[in-house]
Amino acid sequence: MSLGLAPFLFAQDIDPSVTGSGDATIEAAEIPAEAAEEEATLDSGNTAWMLTATALVLFMTLPGLALFYGGLVQSKNVLSVLMHCFAIACLASIIWFAVGYSLSLTPGSGKDWIGGQDAFFLQHLTADSLNGDHPETVWIMFQMTFAIITPALIVGAFVERIKFSAVLLFSGLWLVVVYCPVCYWVWGGGWLAERGVIDFAGGIVVHATAGASALTLAAMLGRRHGFPRNLKPPHNPGMVMTGAAMLWVGWFGFNAGSAAAADTSAGMAMLVTHLSAATASLVWMLVEWRKTGKPGLVGIVTGMVAGLATITPASGSVGPLGAIIIGASAGIICYYACAFVKDKLGIDDSLDVAAVHGVGGILGTLLVSYLGWKGELGGLGINHETWQDQMVIQAQGCLAAVALSVVATYIIVKVISMLTSGIRVSDDDETKGLDQASHGENGYSLS
Amino acid sequence: MKLIKSIIKPFKLEDVKDALSEIGIEGMTVIEAKGFGRQKGHTEIYRGSEYTIDFLPKVVIEVAVPDDIADKVIETIVKAAKTEKIGDGKIFVIPVEQAIRIRTGEQGEVAL
Repeated sequence: MSLGLAPFLFAQDIDPSVTGSGDATIEAAEIPAEAAEEEATLDSGNTAWMLTATALVLFMTLPGLALFYGGLVQSKNVLSVLMHCFAIACLASIIWFAVGYSLSLTPGSGKDWIGGQDAFFLQHLTADSLNGDHPETVWIMFQMTFAIITPALIVGAFVERIKFSAVLLFSGLWLVVVYCPVCYWVWGGGWLAERGVIDFAGGIVVHATAGASALTLAAMLGRRHGFPRNLKPPHNPGMVMTGAAMLWVGWFGFNAGSAAAADTSAGMAMLVTHLSAATASLVWMLVEWRKTGKPGLVGIVTGMVAGLATITPASGSVGPLGAIIIGASAGIICYYACAFVKDKLGIDDSLDVAAVHGVGGILGTLLVSYLGWKGELGGLGINHETWQDQMVIQAQGCLAAVALSVVATYIIVKVISMLTSGIRVSDDDETKGLDQASHGENGYSLS
Repeated sequence: MKLIKSIIKPFKLEDVKDALSEIGIEGMTVIEAKGFGRQKGHTEIYRGSEYTIDFLPKVVIEVAVPDDIADKVIETIVKAAKTEKIGDGKIFVIPVEQAIRIRTGEQGEVAL
């Protein structure tokens, strides 16, 4: 179903004769192609929903993710985290306008790994341009909000110790070098799309890339002082819950908006998204209750994020029962992944981006092969005939996205380390806290 | 005059305030504080990681009173703040050299 995302692009990109017979990709690509040619008229219902969904997805980052992350750090670093999220949102928007949209979602003139350059600075755009049955302006904005939240997710890996200049340089370069190509592979008509990969709303494009890059960056940046045994706990779990709840609401725009229409697919996406989030929250809570003796607020809302990240790639293909299975898997596997990254690998991926988003995104991307398959579990259908065939391409997609993320993150960090003479703040500044040291402001004062 | 400084469990603040009001104490200063004694700290667990909390939240109540009622005030605070569990707190009694009401300039016990 992810193929329905950019109908008019597929009309130009996919040659049915290449893809092999009996492949559902062909049908999925042909129907929107004909529709686009015959009746390229605006549907106000779909447009209204895409406008709404766009606002919901921006709301996920500002202020949802910012508060979620802000509450998890020490009080002396809360503003720096809010600042990271806000500044990345602004920067990613401008990059999306300049080159991002063009490289991610417009035809790559024969290339299957990166989009074209004709839409740089949106020079091709007119107010009347349509993407299928809604304005291209809305499509650009909707996809822009994804390009905003993805680098913002990585913030969780480097909080409390990174230079602000390094945040800006890394996020900007990462967006162009990692996000844009992977977005093109999956949603822009690139090689993964041609092979019928299923990634409805960004298990590969958003969560796998962010998670793998977060782990790489955290390993290169080094641990916070005191990691792992002498750290201060989250300074405001209430803020964490507030932000997480905004993420949940915003995620309806993220997943149901990825149907690119106000239709049955959007409705099902919303239902399965919600069920997965609720299940993962409860399962995480129960695991934590059993392991530590107490069910915690930070735990239950982290389970929610894991459930949402995991259903994301599958939200266009699974039914309610599949969503429950995905949510339960996310609650258990992501919980143990947190301990694995921090205790076994010893990497201070501070706010568990890799364990929650990376593992969740990949898990959902793999599970959709079976749970999306039309069987007793109520799947809506997959792009290949057997779920095993689908699983192979799903795994290829994850591997390719992770490989590019790790390699590109390594190179970007090496380059910006030279530009910023080290991406980490001084020990003194880390002790003082980034709010004062980097931004000259204070999150909390006594009077 | 004596300054009676009581470090108590935060949830006992209302009880202590009410008990002091009942014996005619008309003013006090309350300070939110952190610290530890024999009770030590505790641990908190977030996402499976354990954090050691050395300083526990406490409330400090300061009351300045004439010498003759100091014992009664102390007795009242002890009675109201006691849970008989570790961490109930401590009371320090400090001699006060002078007291001045800023508005009128009155000095001594009349300023209390």
